[in-house]
Amino acid sequence: MGFTQLYETFSALEHPGFWQNAYIQFYNAWFYKDRWTMYFDGLLTTLEVTVMALALGVVLGVVVAMIRTAHDQQRLGKRNPFLSVVNFLCRIYVTVIRGTPMMVQLLIMGLVIFASNRNKTLIGALSLGINSGAYVAEIIRGGLMSLDPGQMEAGRSLGLGYFDTMRFIVIPQAFKAILPALGNEFITLLKDTSLINVIGGKEIVYFAKAIITNTYQPMMPYLITAVMYLIMVLIFTWLQSKLERRLRQSDRR
Amino acid sequence: MIAVEHLTKSFGKNLVLDDISETIQEGEKVVIIGPSGSGKSTFLRCLNLLEEPTSGTITFEGTVITDPKVDIDTIRRQMGMVFQHFNLFPNMTIRKNITLAPVRTKLMSQAEADEEAVRLLRRVNLEDKADAYPNQLSGGQKQRIAIVRALAMKPKVMLFDEPTSALDPEMVGEVLDVMKELANEGMTMVVVTHEMGFAREVGSRVLFMDGGHILEQNEPHAFFANPREERTREFLSKVL
Repeated sequence: MGFTQLYETFSALEHPGFWQNAYIQFYNAWFYKDRWTMYFDGLLTTLEVTVMALALGVVLGVVVAMIRTAHDQQRLGKRNPFLSVVNFLCRIYVTVIRGTPMMVQLLIMGLVIFASNRNKTLIGALSLGINSGAYVAEIIRGGLMSLDPGQMEAGRSLGLGYFDTMRFIVIPQAFKAILPALGNEFITLLKDTSLINVIGGKEIVYFAKAIITNTYQPMMPYLITAVMYLIMVLIFTWLQSKLERRLRQSDRR
Repeated sequence: MIAVEHLTKSFGKNLVLDDISETIQEGEKVVIIGPSGSGKSTFLRCLNLLEEPTSGTITFEGTVITDPKVDIDTIRRQMGMVFQHFNLFPNMTIRKNITLAPVRTKLMSQAEADEEAVRLLRRVNLEDKADAYPNQLSGGQKQRIAIVRALAMKPKVMLFDEPTSALDPEMVGEVLDVMKELANEGMTMVVVTHEMGFAREVGSRVLFMDGGHILEQNEPHAFFANPREERTREFLSKVL
């Protein structure tokens, strides 16, 4: 018996039971008029936005973290005035982004700053990337700071320069230490893409809402949305744990 | 070889080194002893500018290294340093720990550095550990590797910052043996330590530091036999 036949059978019932009713709603939310393709259209946008925001967030985060760490590690009495100014700007950026809600940032970006721009998906990605960058910066900075200063000293005492020491000694160790926190941030970012429908970004929730407008049945579209996010997060978590296991190689005793 | 003139270092309001002047000749084995907080580690760390002096000058082989225009990395390549906590790089194998700096600073090719690493590891009887990671070694082994890592840069002077203080008592000997061997080969050494036996046996000069000053210095036998200062006698009576 096909899905449609089952749907028709249940619909003909005068008093469908709980599961029969649930099936009817699911059919409306998924099979009817090939609505399932809409979720995948949304999924595509979600992935697109995530990748763009991730790239922007990582670049911003690394730059800001490097500036802030370099500023804090300057030799005393040799403050570089340019670095001080840039460091100050970075601190304002982190403070403002961390001090305001993601949703509000998105509304301001989409409906105030770029009110006339029609490409809301791109603006969503931009907002999320800027937001994520501030958190990534603090995660990276925390990782760099948490490393034993003796590692930097040992590298420098061997005559390696600041950047070589960072590249070969500090960053590989810090990266391993921050990976769980970074993974958390990426999962948050992935899920926050569901907010961009408030400025008109056409991701999964946007299409779920569109379907509900037709069916007046909110349960199934939202459940389907939740399951889709859950699957994405599970895949990502699995990839992350694989990477962590590989990086743990030097911990064996 | 190293000339220190009017070296002062303070951390905030805390004066750690107070106007120290001292010269270290080539081939000398200078042992610095003193109570904790006396400034001996800070003094040692100022020699390769891991600590930035507040004032004063340090000259290494005719170059004023406290001058901000001096490329400190090229100076540090000629000054090996061994730390209390080894500071091996846990993300690399022992071989990589040893060869990273010589290769990156273009002192040697990777092949030359690998060869040198094997030679140095054989010297401290650890050639079988070349592909191990630091976490797999004992404290004494780590410190011997740390010495070898510094030696791979072919330094003109070796600075030791309490190299045996973090070791189990039974591992102190193996590290001191390597240091003695190094001393016998004529390496210039500056050693901050609590090992009075080592100071007596290997040192060509002992400096006693307290309160940011070098209170007293002498050839080791005379130093331990007849300390001149009251503070030195008090310190020695507690540690010997």
